[in-house]
Amino acid sequence: MNRPLYPAIFAAIVTLVLTSMMLGIQLKTEGINLTLHSASEFTWYGIAGSTLAVFLFQLFREQLTGLVTLPELPSVASLLPEGKKGDRIKQLGIAFVIAAALIWPFTEFSNRGAVDLATLALIYIMLGLGLNIVVGLAGLLDLGYVAFYAVGAYTYALLSLYYDVSFWVALPLCGLLAATFGFLLGFPVLRLRGDYLAIVTLGFGEIIRILLLNWTNVTGGPNGISRIPKPDLFGLEFTKRVRCSAEDKLADACNVPFHEYFGIAYDPSYKVIFLYLLAVILVLITIYVINRLTRMPIGRAWEALREDEIACRSLGLNPTIVKLTAFTIGATFAGFAGCFFAARQGFISPESFVFIESAIILSIVVLGGMGSQLGIILAAIILTVLPELAREFQEYRMLMFGLLMVFMMIWRPQGLVPKSRPHLELASGDKPQ
Amino acid sequence: MSKALLEVSGLCMRFGGLLAVNNVSLSVHDKEIVSVIGPNGAGKTTVFNCISGFYTPTQGTIVFDGEQIQGLKGHKLARKGMVRTFQHVRLFKEMTVIENLLVAQHMHMNTNLLSGFLKTPNYRKTEKRAMENAAFWLKKVNLLEFANREAGNLAYGQQRRLEIARCMVTSPRLLMLDEPAAGLNPNETQELDQLICNLRDEFDVSILLIEHDMGLVMGISDQIVVINQGAPLASGTPAEVRDNPDVIKAYLGEE
Repeated sequence: MNRPLYPAIFAAIVTLVLTSMMLGIQLKTEGINLTLHSASEFTWYGIAGSTLAVFLFQLFREQLTGLVTLPELPSVASLLPEGKKGDRIKQLGIAFVIAAALIWPFTEFSNRGAVDLATLALIYIMLGLGLNIVVGLAGLLDLGYVAFYAVGAYTYALLSLYYDVSFWVALPLCGLLAATFGFLLGFPVLRLRGDYLAIVTLGFGEIIRILLLNWTNVTGGPNGISRIPKPDLFGLEFTKRVRCSAEDKLADACNVPFHEYFGIAYDPSYKVIFLYLLAVILVLITIYVINRLTRMPIGRAWEALREDEIACRSLGLNPTIVKLTAFTIGATFAGFAGCFFAARQGFISPESFVFIESAIILSIVVLGGMGSQLGIILAAIILTVLPELAREFQEYRMLMFGLLMVFMMIWRPQGLVPKSRPHLELASGDKPQ
Repeated sequence: MSKALLEVSGLCMRFGGLLAVNNVSLSVHDKEIVSVIGPNGAGKTTVFNCISGFYTPTQGTIVFDGEQIQGLKGHKLARKGMVRTFQHVRLFKEMTVIENLLVAQHMHMNTNLLSGFLKTPNYRKTEKRAMENAAFWLKKVNLLEFANREAGNLAYGQQRRLEIARCMVTSPRLLMLDEPAAGLNPNETQELDQLICNLRDEFDVSILLIEHDMGLVMGISDQIVVINQGAPLASGTPAEVRDNPDVIKAYLGEE
């Protein structure tokens, strides 16, 4: 009984001091002066009550935690049926989800805001899946992933601003340039692991942001770049009127607005739906490519490197090349996502690429389960949709986010949907030689 | 005698003021089992690390298959056909048994990214061959039924066997085993004994072995090199080494 008494008293005092500072005393402006006011009696009762509650909880903590046990979450893998039949059901399920995602914006269940939010969620899915290669598979902690996202976004913005390059031409260029940056960053960090690597990548992320901020005559600095053109659909644009220079008009090389071509009334939601569908397609391509990569020798090499670098070397795997490919391919997807982001947003500034973005992408990967694609998709949706739903709670949003993370780490440190290993079938009749 | 597969001469390794390995020489011929023995801390593993490219030796030459290899990086040596196991098992613990073996064949699988995406016939063929090779070696070390188990969940003895299998799928010419019998029970040690002999006879690998289990060493070695405090103490056939007074002194103390 003696043991928990002191910590309980301590916790109670801390609670008392903190709550009375924050809630018990109020500052009010009267004219130009600030005056201190004591809170209402009711608040003080509340403070006393909560102090007592903290004291009692700390005192009887062991007994209480014994009474309440957190329910186990069922594992997703155990819910899915095994074997060949399970594969069929899985395939049908995937086909159903894809079809639903494609049809959804045309149904009554969607509105313009929801489709827009879903597009944002899809961008984060793409980013999460890309970072997953670096963090989840290759085990290299990258805190500056947003830098590649920025490279992609600014590549498209600058190309369209200075050279009038269209989205479809810029998309591969963005990927390529982000990949180049990934490759360049890969070199100095090859010898680093863990904490050191995290710090260097964090610095890299900041360098890119500060560069964009200060290179005012090219990037516009803090003012950013605006009026970035939206992607077109085979020459059909989703704006009300097409911007067209005089000589283009003469040469009849102008794009045609979508609604004019089909002879329907202009509706701004066409553009939103088009962007959403484009994002769905980009995400599907990303999922397919990464899924193939993980089943290829290079994917296995990434994971082997995460598990044991020395063993990798002793088996003839060149850790340098394996790490560089992980960095480069991971960065490529961020480049694509950035390009799409710039096109969707129409306006970008260095404000969009601050450290907190890296942190959110990283929490998507961790929350979803390192290496698990399904988990990352779920986590990306949760982390983008939840803040929007919780808009009413405003300032408590970040608190809720933090709480969610804490509970996740207690309940499920392996993430929402832990990675399942591919089951490789060995033909039982295999008798080589 | 034929030309040696591995020829180490005058090997020295210095860490600051500590001379961990002093003038060690040894040679391994084709289809030969050579053991390195010595008391704890004698520098056996350091010799191993120098040969397998994890350390760059301070002095001395290492010739593998007629080519000087000292100072080359570990992964380059592995590609030349020299693979090793570790004193503490170093498996890819979160990957399955079969994946461990597939990773090991990475260097033999000449597949580029594009052929993997398109699943070209050539890519499928390489994958299939790798799987067959892995299955073959799993059967050899009695782990076929555990193929889809995570490597970290295997029993210790099984992990040891898997590590050897993982080396063998790369079809090496020289297999270096660092205390393969450590932590095995007598039964398992005997199985290991047979496995090693079998590897040499059937698959033409030469084996360089560090071991403390004298029963195993004396039974299977063609040559034994004794190292004490970094310096070579004796070398020869098991019988010669057993009767060498210096060796007895180093192991049992004087009188």
